This record gives sequence, C-alpha cells and structure tokens, in this order.
Amino acid sequence: MAKHAWKEKAIRLLLRVSASTSILIVILIFVFLGKEATPFVVEPGIDELCSTRWMPVSFQKESFGIVPLVTGSLLVTGLATLISVPFGVCAAVYIAEVAAPWEREILKPVIELLAGIPSVVIGFFGLLVLAPLVKLLFGLPSGLTALTGALLLALMAVPTVISISEDAIRSVPESYKSASLALGASKLQTVWKVTVPAALSGIIAAVMLGMGRVIGETMAVMMVTGNAAIITASPLESVRTMTATIAAEMGEVPFGSDHYRALFCVGITLLLATFTINMVAQGVLKKHRIG
Amino acid sequence: MPVVTPEPDLKQLEPKVRVENLNFWYGATQALHGITMDIPARQVTALIGPSGCGKSTFLRTLNRMNDLIDETRLEGKVLIHEEDIYADRVDVVALRKRVGMVFQKSNPFPKTIFDNVAYGPRIHGVRNQEKLAEIVERSLIRAALWDEVKDRLHISALELSGGQQQRLCIARALAVDPEILLMDEPASALDPRSTARIEDLIGELRRLYTIIIVTHNMQQASRVSNVTAFFYEGRLVEYGPTKRIFTQPRKKQTEDYITGRFG
Repeated sequence: MAKHAWKEKAIRLLLRVSASTSILIVILIFVFLGKEATPFVVEPGIDELCSTRWMPVSFQKESFGIVPLVTGSLLVTGLATLISVPFGVCAAVYIAEVAAPWEREILKPVIELLAGIPSVVIGFFGLLVLAPLVKLLFGLPSGLTALTGALLLALMAVPTVISISEDAIRSVPESYKSASLALGASKLQTVWKVTVPAALSGIIAAVMLGMGRVIGETMAVMMVTGNAAIITASPLESVRTMTATIAAEMGEVPFGSDHYRALFCVGITLLLATFTINMVAQGVLKKHRIG
Repeated sequence: MPVVTPEPDLKQLEPKVRVENLNFWYGATQALHGITMDIPARQVTALIGPSGCGKSTFLRTLNRMNDLIDETRLEGKVLIHEEDIYADRVDVVALRKRVGMVFQKSNPFPKTIFDNVAYGPRIHGVRNQEKLAEIVERSLIRAALWDEVKDRLHISALELSGGQQQRLCIARALAVDPEILLMDEPASALDPRSTARIEDLIGELRRLYTIIIVTHNMQQASRVSNVTAFFYEGRLVEYGPTKRIFTQPRKKQTEDYITGRFG
C-alpha cells in the first residue's frame, strides 16, 4: 500500500516536471532576452529604438530605429495573410464539404507534406521561380520584393490554415446542414451561409496560427525580400523583416555593443508579437470549443 | 359480437401524397417493403411503430432527405399532386421548399432568431427587408412563439429554451410556405409542458398544412393525429383513422404494440 502511494507520487512528480519544463523555458527565454536587451533601453534609450532609421554600421552616426523592420514584417505578414486566407479557407471548404473521399485521401497528405518542407528549400524555389516571375510581371529592376516574400510565406501558411479550418468545418454539427438542406438550400448555399459561419471562430484561429508561423519565418524571407531597411507600404519594394535582420546581423556583431543589444530588442519585439497572436488564437479556439 | 363502427373512409379525403409500392434499401439492407398509402391533405397523419421499423426512413423519402445518405436505393413512386418526386427532372430544391421538415432534436442555426426564420426566404430570393420582417412575424405567430420573442428577435437562437428552440425550428420551416410539414419525433427531447405546447401547435397548424408526424409516443399519436399508420419491420401493417386504430385494431401486431406488449 505504502509502496503504491510512493510510486504514485513519483509518477506525478515526473509528469509535473515535464509539464513545467516548457513554461520554464518560455520564462528563461524572456529573462535572457531581457537581460541582453535592457542595457540598450537605459542607454541610448527607447527613443532610439523608435526612430525610423536602421543603420547599425556607420562611419558617422549609427542608428537603431526598428520601425522599418517592424513595418517590413507587418507588410510581408499582412500580405501573406491576405493571400493565404481566402485560398486556404476555400481549399478547406472543398476538402471538407465537396471533395469525394478519394480526393480527400490524396489532398490531405499532400498538404501536410507541404507543411513539412524546410523553409530554405522553399526559399530556393522563391529565388529561382517566384522572384524572376515577379520581376517580369511588374517590370521591376529586381524581383526581390515584399510581394515575393509574402507569396512564399503564404505558401508556408496555407497548409496550417487549410488543415485547422478543415477540422473546424468538419466539426459543424450535421444537424445544421440537414436543417438548411431541408429548407431547400442547395449544397453550396448551405456551405457558405451555414457551415462556414458556424465554423468561423475555428477558421479565425486557423488564420491566427498561420500568421504566427509567417511572422516568425526567417530563412525564406531573408532570401527573397531584398533586405532593404526602408519604410514603405508598396509590396513591390524591397523590405527587411525583423527575423531576417537578426539572422543576418547576429553573426558579425561585436558582443555587448549597442548593435548587439538592439538586435535583442528586435528579438523581444518579435517574441511579443508572436506571443500576442498565439494568445488571441488560443482564446478564439477556447471560445470555439465551448460554443 | 362487438358492433363494428363504420370506418370514416380515407378514400373520401383528398389525397396529398400518394405512395405506390415503395421499396427502400440502405446498401444491401431493405428498410421499406412495398409501402402503398394515400396521405390525406390537411390532416395530421401519425407514423407509429417500434424503433427500426422504417417510419423515419419513410418520412425522409417524402422530401428526399435520404438522397444525402450514400448507397441508398429506392423503387416505387411517391406522388405529390400526381407528380412523381423521384422522376428524373424533379428539382429537389423546389421539392424541399414545398415539403418542410422539423427534426427530432431542435437544430436552430447559431444565428439570431430573426436570421433563423429569415434564412429560408432569403435563400429563395426574398431581399426586401419589410417583406422579410413580415414573413418572420407571420411564421413566429403561427409557431406560437411570437409573443415570447417579439422584443428580442436579435438575440442568438441558442439562448432560447429547448421547447422554444423547437417552435423556432417549426417557424423556420413555415417561413418558406410549405404545403406539407414532416415532423420526426418533434417533442421527444422536450419536457411535458413544452410537449403539450408543440401538440397544441400541431392542432392549430392542421388547418393550414398537411402534417405527417413520426412519434414513439402512443398517447401523442392518439392526441394529435386523425390518421395513423402502424409500421413494423419495414412494412405498413395497418393504416386508418386514428380512433379506429387505437380502439379496434384489426391486426394482432398493431394491438400488441398499442397496448404496450412490445416496442
């Protein structure tokens, strides 16, 4: 009896440790990022971060304004979302509601395969195929633009959007569909007016998770967006994202310099952004399960 | 010798639905065997019988809801106004507009009360807001729900009680102006008071619609219907005026079932 209780306790402890580890890691990441970044906030100060020029290496005056990086990330992420959401949702509707069983058997694994392609490989595809195409289509001097990055990111977000939206659509009760069909609605009317609205919160969560993937993506964007730290709203210009900046500059920066600390500030900004998106997605998903 | 009361002649009532030698299969399993019956207009016809006897399947052949199930097969004819609803060129959408359905478990959409009732008219092309409001009001009045919800048409239908939800589903079915209303055990998930309200409502609606109701509840069948059909193992065993079926059943199986000896 006593031995049993002891064993029980041990197992419980083991499980608790495993479960807490991930929380601990998140906290540690915040702590260490914060430790490296805070000296920058003290000197040269947060105002420097909010300025509009990112010029970390300069003979005259270095500036560490992360605004162009934030806008660059927002532009690429926003565009990628605009492209991937309609596409992903339509594909999910097709797979969940229209496709014959054998089509579903083929489509689902292929889409999941797409989610597993390393981003560097997708980056190659962007460099070799997408960038020349964008250059040709819009008559640009270079195909390395925000749009190219957004298209690539959309490609990477679509599997997530499809697979989670499809789950949401399939979990809409059959009784809603029967009710609609029995009122004389066609199959497509039922899909757009009943099934998709009923699955909406799940679809929104899917979109949020897709965005979370997109905003944190580094390799592919670095390869195809041109990496010019300018503030622009035009998808046909070159931009530099937060992730690409960290990846490109971290290797060569002198340890402990302002530049080094500024990169950590960028990292924290990025972390907060993905954190927020994930929290919102979790919230929406939770509501979805209760409703 | 008991005196046999003269039976009100079903044949004198105007038939709304004529079913001729209907057979139905789920895959290799035959669920309905040679059903032939005329269902009278503007009456309440109850379909009774033990679970799995085919009464719900039969109900669902009348608006072709069984089409949605894979690997089903049907033989025979179902005529509504002498028109075979299984003929090649029949528009299923138009058919379902004429033959409304209320399900066993109330299934309002996760939309507002107004949008639930307006759903049918909207998909059939009614865009005018005044017209929609008028249809919604009329349908809710007919479903005896208007007084309870008229001040809160724009709250979610899911906030209503179970009985109210089922009446909302009835209102939603009425909003497309059907001629026939199919009800698949509409009160089986409700408490006695809500059940009584639904039964009263069926009594009211009989004047306007042809109602066909599947029920497990024998008292309910005897209370709400004028005509009763007893199904057993996919066959129509006995069919006649409700009063006669319940007082002088002619078949032993019918008698055993309504007296509660099986089922």
